[in-house]
This record gives sequence, C-alpha cells and structure tokens, in this order.
Amino acid sequence: MFQKTVKMKTNQRFDSSTNHLIAYPLHLADNALILGHRDSEWTGHGPILEQDIALSNIALDLIGQARNFYQYAAKLKADGSTEDTLAYLRDVNEFKNCLLVEQPNGDWGQTVTRQFLFSTYQYFLYQQLQHCSDKTIASIAEKGLKEVTYHTRWSSEWIIRLGDGTDESHTRMKNALNHLWEFTDELFIQSSYETGVAKHGIRVDHALIKEQWYEKVRSVLSEATLSIPESSQQKRENLGKEGHHTEHLYEILSEMQSLQRALPGCEW
Amino acid sequence: MKMILFRKYYYGDLPDNQKGAQHSSPTEGTQEGAGTWPLWEVFIRSKQGLDHKHVGSLHAADAKMAIENARDVYTRRQEGVSIWVVESKSIHASNPDDAENFFEPANDKVYRHPTFYDLPDELKHM
Amino acid sequence: MHNPEEIFQKKVDKEIRIEPKDWMPEQYRKTLIRQISQHAHSEIVGMLPEGNWITKAPSLRRKATLIAKVQDEAGHGLYLYSAAETLGISRDEMIHQLHVGKAKYSSIFNYPTPTWADMGAIGWLVDGAAIMNQVPLCRASYGPYSRAMIRICKEESFHQRQGFEILLTLSKGSAAQRDMCQDAINRWWWPSVMMFGPNDDASPNTAQSMKWKIKRFTNDELRQRFIDICAEQVKILGMTLPDPLLKWNEERGHYDFGPIDWDEFWNVVNGNGPCNKERLEARVSAHEEGAWVREAALAYANKKSKQPATPGGGEEAMRSQTKAA
Repeated sequence: MFQKTVKMKTNQRFDSSTNHLIAYPLHLADNALILGHRDSEWTGHGPILEQDIALSNIALDLIGQARNFYQYAAKLKADGSTEDTLAYLRDVNEFKNCLLVEQPNGDWGQTVTRQFLFSTYQYFLYQQLQHCSDKTIASIAEKGLKEVTYHTRWSSEWIIRLGDGTDESHTRMKNALNHLWEFTDELFIQSSYETGVAKHGIRVDHALIKEQWYEKVRSVLSEATLSIPESSQQKRENLGKEGHHTEHLYEILSEMQSLQRALPGCEW
Repeated sequence: MKMILFRKYYYGDLPDNQKGAQHSSPTEGTQEGAGTWPLWEVFIRSKQGLDHKHVGSLHAADAKMAIENARDVYTRRQEGVSIWVVESKSIHASNPDDAENFFEPANDKVYRHPTFYDLPDELKHM
Repeated sequence: MHNPEEIFQKKVDKEIRIEPKDWMPEQYRKTLIRQISQHAHSEIVGMLPEGNWITKAPSLRRKATLIAKVQDEAGHGLYLYSAAETLGISRDEMIHQLHVGKAKYSSIFNYPTPTWADMGAIGWLVDGAAIMNQVPLCRASYGPYSRAMIRICKEESFHQRQGFEILLTLSKGSAAQRDMCQDAINRWWWPSVMMFGPNDDASPNTAQSMKWKIKRFTNDELRQRFIDICAEQVKILGMTLPDPLLKWNEERGHYDFGPIDWDEFWNVVNGNGPCNKERLEARVSAHEEGAWVREAALAYANKKSKQPATPGGGEEAMRSQTKAA
C-alpha cells in the first residue's frame, strides 16, 4: 500500500493551484508546520530551562494545528495522500507558507519577534476562520485560537521585556524588527487560492486583519519602547504563499525530509 | 479561652543551629553577577480540587512570567485550573519543633494560607 | 532526650519524609545535593542527543512525540533542580558546576545518535534503565526528592513505550530499517547496562545511602532486573542483544550475562566519551548566549516592580481561641 502511494507521488505534481479548496488548508498547515519546526530547533538551547519548555509547547501546538490541516487536505485530495506524504514528499516550490515563518531563528529576540508578528496575525485570522462556512476549517481554527491567544500573549510579553530591558536587548530587538518587518506585508496579500476559496464561503477579510494586526503590533511595540521600522521602498514581489521561497525553506526541508526521501515507501 | 503564641519565621530566618539545610557559600566565578532570576513557589488547584497544592518551584524574572512558566511546566497535561505563584522569599513558614515533630506532629493547619511543604498523610489534621 | 541524629534516623526507618527545614546530617544533605543535581544535569544533557532528531523525525506524529519527550526531560530537570534548591544550593551554582566539569551527569548521554533508530533504542533501553532506578526513588526519604520522582515517574510512562514502538515499527519494515534497528540496539545495550553504576563491591557509598533510604536497591540488583526484562522484550522485536553470554539460568531464576567493560565506563565518566565535549559545549553556549536575555528580563522586572511592602521580621504573637476544655 505504501509502495503504491509513493509511486503516485513521484508521478503527480501537486498542482494545487488548480484546486483552491485543497491549497488553502495546505497553506494554513505549511505556515504552522514551518514555524513549529523553527521553534522546535530551540529545544535544549534556550536561555533558561523554563523558556525551553514554553517554546516547545508552542511548537507542539503549531505542529498539532499543521497535522489537523494536513489531514483535512489529504482527505480532500482523496488520492491516498496522508499528512506525512504532504509534509515530507512535496518540494520547496509546492510549499505555501509565508516567508516570515521560514526565516532563521537568529537570537532569542529575533525568535520572539517572529513569533509575535506571526501569532498576532494567526490570532485575527483564526478569529474569522472559526466562523467560516467550512466546518472542518472552522473547528480547527476554533481550537487553534485558544492556543494562539496564548502564543500572542507570551511573545508580546517578551517583546516588551526585551525592548524595555537593557541597552543591549533594545538594540537586538531593533535589529530583529528591521530584519523581519519586510516579511509582514505578505501576510495581508491575498494569494490566488485565498481569493478562490472565498467563492466557496471561506471569506477572510484581509484588510480587517491588517488593521487589527497593525493596531496590536503598534501598541505592543510602543510599550516596548520600540518603533515600527520604516517600510522599504521595494515591495517584495515573491510570495511564499505562491511557492516562491528563500533558500531557508530549502535548508529546512532538506533536513526535515531527509530520512523519508532516503528510504522512501517505509513506515516510521 | 486559651491563647496560643506562634512564633513566625521567614524561610531562611531560622538561626543556623536550628536549620537543617545550611546555605552554601557564594558561587565562585559565575558569569551572571547580579542577574539571577528569583525563585518562585508554584501552587496549583486542579479541576476537581478544592484547594491549591504546592507542586514545586521555578525561576522567573517577574510574576507574569512565573505564572506562564507554571502553566507550561506544571499544566502541560492540562492538570491545573488555577495557578498561584509566590516568590519563595515571601513565604512565611511555621517553625518545625524538631524533637516534638517525632512524638507529636506539628499542627500548622491553623493557618488558612497554603502550606509550604506537603505533610505525609498520616500527619494531616482535619 | 533523643539527639537529632537518632530522631532523624528513626524517621527514615519509619518512612516518615524528611522535609527541607528538618534537621539532617550534613553528609546526608551533601549526598542528596550531589545525587539530585546529578540526576537533574542528566535530564538536561539528555535532551541533546534526542533533540538532534526533532528536525529530522520522519513523520509528524514522531516529530510531535519526540518534542514532547524532550520537553518532559527539561521539565524533569526543572523538578529536580527545584528539589535540590530546597537543600540550600542555587540553580546557578549547580549549573556552574556542570559547566566547569565539577558535576557529573549520566555518561550515557555522551554517546552519539547517528540514526533514527537511536531514538527508539534510547527510549527503550536508556529510559527503561532510568525508570528502573526511579520508581524505587519515589519512596526516597527526602520529601521534595520523592515528590519530584513521583511526578517524573508519572510522566515517564510514555517515554519507554514511544521508544519501543519506534523500534517495533522498524523491525517490521524494510531490510534497511531492520538493519538500522539492530545496529542501534548493538550500540546502546552495553552503555545502558552500565547506567546502573559499578558493581556493588566497587560502590562504597551504597550501604550508607541504603540506610538513609536515598537508594532503595543496589546497583547489581537493579541491573539484573533490567537485563531479565530486556532479554524477554527483545524477542518481541525479533532482534538480539549483543551479548553472546546472555543465557537464562534456571537455577538462579535470572539471566546470566557477559562481562562489562568497565574501562570504557570510567573513560566516558571521566570525560573521554565520544560526545562529552560537544554536549557540555552546547550547554555552556546556550547559557552564555542567553545571558543578555536573562539580564534584560531582570532589568525590566526591576523597572516595573513597585517597592515591595517589607515584611516585618521577627516575632508576632497570634491569638487563637480554642474551645474551653
């Protein structure tokens, strides 16, 4: 049975842009998986034991969300796909996560900044999704919302502590923000499949999310004595959502997928 | 009417000759200097529980962090519902009268605030 | 009047827990600090060989359970550091001892984890050995230690099962997977057997520790129990343990087993294992790179804290009404 599944995967391109209803949960899953994977890289290397545990909890939450969305996408594909074939056998250009989540961890400041910027987005996104017409996505979002509420709180408190801590931490936070800010635009740009699923009742008001997100971010940064970075003149053309990724995703997937690709068709 | 006098000590205030645990000498050569996060004691009241139980301690820089850490460390399996954290240095504990402890276990249930240490079941008073 | 030492020993004999502010012999306190902190260090260092595989775990379910397991180990370290802190040593000091090589930790974590099957072998054998050691310690005489152990044992239950399941899946898989499984078992068996420490006749501290009930069974007793159990479990995997002298002895009611290479054991304990340096460097580096974070958080907390109401020290009289006799 597994041999058959693998044969199908190598012959078939995941041209999900033709099927927006599949692409959308894949996108949600990829976001959660890649960020969860990044967070999990800190395990055993955090600045203090208690925070190691905190960040692993967040990683577990995200991977749990990813699994739910992948399982749904697999069900919709109805071609023998599983959560694992989707996570481990797709190529870089088939992944639909936004660029923000594939950025490297950097120092603790950069990690919590990335978490804050993304979790705040997820918070407002899930708030809407929990009411969408697709019952599965709605229920995953509802469960995820509880987790993401905590992620947002945890990360915003770190932003404040580090922004308003020492001179060194303030500088590091400034650098982190400057580095990551350019990747936030993408969060609010609708991809082709996000537009596509609106016709099926999964309507997300991105303009509203952007407004809410901006307000929350501004307020937290202000309390942290940090300022919103200047937006660069050049808008990023490539969307991770559409499969145009940086080399970082290539590195992530090379490591993550290595064993499955080395010994294909096996059960683990 | 009987008046009972209790002498309250702060944890760590016991004179040296009454202490079991002696405080160790200052660390040599640590990198941190002044930057150590205080120790907090954690108390959790579980879903079915009526009171908070002491579950352990952790280090955190402030109360918010302590509560979040307690949630992450002690309720990973959704054991807890209500979390209290108290800086260890703020806990006041009764003085275990060592000799009497063996023959007549100390009764500290007069106090309504949470106990610092769990007593073995057979020493509990209603 | 009973002297404190007699009272202390009577409590221990009667299974009454010793609590942090009770009188205790100085050697008891020192031994406990060493034993508990060593255990805590082992949990923390133990996160590293497994943590390596989180990013390479070959399925989402395995990924999640591995993160949970490694996270548990962090938690266990934390419970144990907390228990040790009740004895008058600080977390910072314990960590310092680890980083400068003054404190020991279980040498098993100085071995590398080159394959996925190592995750299975560690879960089955290393956690198995740890559980065998830990369950009796739930009845250790020192209260905070025994309570930490009870908590740890409750959480440990899935660790060993997870490991065994990984191996079981491999053992039913492709030829490459089966080879990987047997190879990992071959590499982890003897280090696991050595986890129980030197033979009883080479362990001078055992008798005192048993009297104080901070050790409940001897090294050899636990080791024999472990070998007996694993020798049966390995059959379910269809694999073998790398000991040609492993044989059921009907008369003893136990498995006979081959000689342990104590040279290797002492070599690794003393810091010459394959990954000793690497493990410590990772911990030191995490600690140093995190210094600015810890300082910042403290600086922020200090900025934000209001002056705490200073508790008036010393004596207070409290009136209490009791019913007239």
